[in-house]
Amino acid sequence: MEKPLNNRAWFLVMPVALIVAFNAILPLMTVVNYSVQDTFGNNQFFWNGTGWFKDLLDPNAELGGRFLAALGRNVSFSLIILSIEVPLGILVSLCMPKKGPGVAACLVIMALPLLVPWNVVGTIWQIFARTDIGLLGWTVSHLGINYNYTNEFFSAWFTIILMDVWHWTSLIALLCYAGLKSSPDAFYQAARIDGASRWSVFRAIELPKLNRVLLIGVLLRFMDSFMIYTEPFVVTGGGPGNSTTGVSIDLVKIALGQFDLGKAAAMSIVYNLIILSTCWVFYTVMTNVDAPDRPRDAKDGAL
Amino acid sequence: MSRRVILTAYLVFLMLPIYWLINMSFKDNTEITNTMSLFPLHPTLKNYGEIFTNVTWYRGFQFSLTYVVLNTLISLAVALPAAYAFSRYRFLGDKHLFFWLLTNRMAPPAVFALPFFNLYSAVGLFDTSWAVALAHCIFNVPLAVWILEGFMSGVPREIDETAYLDGYSFPRFFVRIFIPLIANGIGVAAFFCFMFSWVELLFSRTLTNNQSISSIMTRTVSAAGIDWGLLAAAGVLTLIPGALVIWFVRDYIAKGFALGRV
Repeated sequence: MEKPLNNRAWFLVMPVALIVAFNAILPLMTVVNYSVQDTFGNNQFFWNGTGWFKDLLDPNAELGGRFLAALGRNVSFSLIILSIEVPLGILVSLCMPKKGPGVAACLVIMALPLLVPWNVVGTIWQIFARTDIGLLGWTVSHLGINYNYTNEFFSAWFTIILMDVWHWTSLIALLCYAGLKSSPDAFYQAARIDGASRWSVFRAIELPKLNRVLLIGVLLRFMDSFMIYTEPFVVTGGGPGNSTTGVSIDLVKIALGQFDLGKAAAMSIVYNLIILSTCWVFYTVMTNVDAPDRPRDAKDGAL
Repeated sequence: MSRRVILTAYLVFLMLPIYWLINMSFKDNTEITNTMSLFPLHPTLKNYGEIFTNVTWYRGFQFSLTYVVLNTLISLAVALPAAYAFSRYRFLGDKHLFFWLLTNRMAPPAVFALPFFNLYSAVGLFDTSWAVALAHCIFNVPLAVWILEGFMSGVPREIDETAYLDGYSFPRFFVRIFIPLIANGIGVAAFFCFMFSWVELLFSRTLTNNQSISSIMTRTVSAAGIDWGLLAAAGVLTLIPGALVIWFVRDYIAKGFALGRV
């Protein structure tokens, strides 16, 4: 059934549009304004045109080198955690009981890391991974492995990746669990009668069910890991050196630490554009995947 | 059987760091730094006592809970009518508006930290719980609209039409009939608003002078060495509101994480 056209619906949307516009449009205008100006302090600004943007995108400039390196680190971080969390999340969701008293306990334990304040996630792992007082750090270093996340590159990366897997795999697992629960039992019974192997049940019945939820999961995880700030900031502070400094940490350093408004603003805009274009691709794919099951949307196309 | 082994291993992996935090919160600092033990040898409540008697810590919790609750209420109040509009009508620019809302959920908070500081200082809200509550709307309102729209689309439109034929006005229909129908969805949306507002650090730190509990904790880390026991106890206390909220919505969590779209 087609949704009726009714422009008065704008009145219902107005409060949301206003409150988000207050938070989004005014600050973005400030950012754009700063990005084309330079200052010697004392609130005296002068026109700098596209100077900051040229610096930012030039790998040989100081600012550009720094930005592109942080961007590279951030992309690798996102790809690594996605390639661990997605398969692991699917695996865990397949192992979860479908009914019985265990379900509620599983759900509550799995959701717990998601509700931990992000700086406390950092604190937990800071404590857990220290070689002197933490269970993980103490165990690993007593196995004779050189492990110290504050001054050794691999340890630092290992720690923040393990922390993210701990923090967010449950999100993927819960999403997949919700998807799996919606497939009717009759499918599984039919597969059992046909003598299908575990793998073909997964390929033919379960994976198609997971398509949509996995898209949401990958979208949320990609976006959130790409703008991760608090957790690595608390654990490694971006170090050792700059080795775990992502774009967000670098941006906050430039904006609130050094108060380099022009540089920070130019960087914000480029950073935001990267995220928005990725988001748009995901969103388009997602609405297209949604379409066959939700016919009322089918005629409207992607956007 | 291998299923159970994998699941158990995963749950243990999730619980270990939390167990370690709780373990540390019952030790005093000499024990933490000098001995390695799986449970407190001399259990003490000193760390918790310090938090409950020190007014800074106590106020921090109060301040954080205030802006989280405010934010959840504002987000739901504005998102409910909007989600209804998106799920029931087509209107000029609806798809674009929806995508624009979504982009704000995706925008990095680091980009907004500095302009928010300027904006909320300019309107005189700096250092109040309202500033943080309103700032968190930038990611919570779009998310609430997204979730509620999913749940509302699951309610057949015949219900609305029947109610209008029976002479219900829109506000009366919405409050008396429609809201009870999507109560689960509202619960889930409230859960997510609570969650993302509660866990956020950057805005709550930038927009206040170290009033929220999360920024009080980061200050403790940086100043005058680290009081590990105290930090662990504060960490444990911040887990409690989340754990309570999860318990209340446990039956809807899975569906909620799929944003009502399963």
